[in-house]
Amino acid sequence: MKKKVLEVKGVKTSFFTHLGEVQGVRGIDFELNEGEILGIVGESGSGKSVTSLSIMNLVDHPGEIKEGQILFHQEDGKIIDFTSLSNRKMNEFRGNEIAMIFQDPMTSLNPVYSIQNQMIEVIQRHTDLNKEEAIERAKSLLEQVGIPDPDSQITDYPHQFSGGMRQRALIATAISCNPRLLIADEPTTALDVTIQAQILELLKKLQDEINMSIILITHDLGVIAEVSTHVIVMYGGMIMEKGTVNDVFYNPKHPYTVGLHSSIPKSTKKEKERLVPIEGSPPDLMDPPQGCPFSPRCPHAMQVCLEDAAPLFEVSDTQKVSCWLLHEDAPKPDEIFKGAK
Amino acid sequence: MAKYLIKRVLTALFTLLVIATITFFLLRAIPGGPFTREKPLPDAIIRALNEKYNLDEPLFIQYLSYIKGLLTFDLGPSYRILGYTVNDIIISGFPTSALIGGIASLLIVVIGIPLGIVSALKQNSPVDYMVMFMATLGVTVPNFIIATLIIYIFSTQLGWLPSNGISNPLGYIGPVIALMGYSLSFVSRLTRSSMLEVLRQDYVRTARANGISERKVIFKHALKNALIPVITYVGPMVAAILTGSFVVEKIFAIPGIGRYFVQGVTNRDYTVIMGMTVLYSAFYIFMILLVDLAYSWIDPRIRLEGGAR
Repeated sequence: MKKKVLEVKGVKTSFFTHLGEVQGVRGIDFELNEGEILGIVGESGSGKSVTSLSIMNLVDHPGEIKEGQILFHQEDGKIIDFTSLSNRKMNEFRGNEIAMIFQDPMTSLNPVYSIQNQMIEVIQRHTDLNKEEAIERAKSLLEQVGIPDPDSQITDYPHQFSGGMRQRALIATAISCNPRLLIADEPTTALDVTIQAQILELLKKLQDEINMSIILITHDLGVIAEVSTHVIVMYGGMIMEKGTVNDVFYNPKHPYTVGLHSSIPKSTKKEKERLVPIEGSPPDLMDPPQGCPFSPRCPHAMQVCLEDAAPLFEVSDTQKVSCWLLHEDAPKPDEIFKGAK
Repeated sequence: MAKYLIKRVLTALFTLLVIATITFFLLRAIPGGPFTREKPLPDAIIRALNEKYNLDEPLFIQYLSYIKGLLTFDLGPSYRILGYTVNDIIISGFPTSALIGGIASLLIVVIGIPLGIVSALKQNSPVDYMVMFMATLGVTVPNFIIATLIIYIFSTQLGWLPSNGISNPLGYIGPVIALMGYSLSFVSRLTRSSMLEVLRQDYVRTARANGISERKVIFKHALKNALIPVITYVGPMVAAILTGSFVVEKIFAIPGIGRYFVQGVTNRDYTVIMGMTVLYSAFYIFMILLVDLAYSWIDPRIRLEGGAR
């Protein structure tokens, strides 16, 4: 039996703007075990970033977690509900047992403080190391993430680092206290492709070395395929499909997942074959569709889809899909899923 | 660093020379002169006065002798305030103006920046609305109205403050407040908007995600970045406030140097105008140098020599 790290139960996060309530996340459930890399994939506005900020309890005003629990399982088996913690208490976990890196390394480091200053601040925040020990720790972390000459480069300022190096420094800071969980919110989106591959490689290596779990948020299915063990597909603030990488990539059951697969270019496809876009546009989260959020764009939508959101149907032990087509009374249009193979 | 400073000082001296030159020739291009009166003086007297002050020499010779004086810090005699040199005028008035201006500048920084921070942190709260309302008033209400109101309320009605002069230390309160109004409001608005901008930055979110305490996020990570535009404004502001305000000094009957500038212009008192202009410019240039030094101290991306380290 694998040890759990995180359980997300029925979380709903909304932003209370002047125009009305924007429902960023509309009730999601998932769990994460030790050593897993969970990819959360979805298009812009699908709620994947809000999910990650909710887990960190970092949703900014006017946003707030309306409902649900975020249960963090500590090493010793103690379970803590992050949603019940004060900001001060939560700060003891952030950067310590649960860490996060963000999309744009160019702006995620404070330009007026040196790398060393920013790293030892975090290390000293969560440990009892004195300054010299913290600097040594920071240097060995930088070496671990592949900064070539930490002794001289640690005193550099962020503007003296390239984008890839900054992301490495941010990763080094994030893992400085050996977190149980690292959330990476589109860590490679702002980097060029070769650096992207290196950073993903690095995350995988670190996951192995310090035995942490990773939640990888991205809109890039290729990135997920490369590093993840498990995948969640989000749409309109809800989970459409979840399972292992093999489930979701080779046996997708939700029409949205199928649509995603047909809309990405494949090198094995024949020359003149066209990409198939998903018609329509994502739902308005201020006034989300009553039923399944994908129903207005779904080629197989039935009456029930427009009225009620589907529960998660179990396809196998690992794969769960929120789609009425999997209901036993639903028609079985086998041809739907052919295109994804 | 030393090389940079020498370069900056030399540039500053050159700038001052250019300012002095332009002012000198512009003044002479204005019709009238120091001895022009509503009821004209007899030609013989004007001739004699011009001769006494060497105003009968060719303009360029006058210019050269003025610059020569300037180099030895001799700003020449006043043509209208008899028996006084411009140096005397500055020595008698500047300390008073500078003291009042200095207190005002200090208070602007000490009060304005914290007010800005508080309203940024409590954005859209009653505190924020209150501060911003006051700030809008401070920017829009001219200082002579503030000064008059202070005199009316606190001197005439309540009798708490003297209405003029600074023989009583309480006399400083009125002029300091009147001088502060605009800049205090401006500084708090600037700090607020700059702080709001910085608090939205990704590195603030990174600091929070790393469990840094909220106090440190604000005062270490956000404030240092937020202060950059504030310093840009405060530098020249100090120069302007320290060199006196004609209106405020006039209303409170303070023997500062603000009034000499205005009097000098109406009287065509060439040397006084020149002296005041050079003094103000020198201050301004000095404050800008300080601002540049402060930039490089705050922001490592700004290197004084130019280029990376």
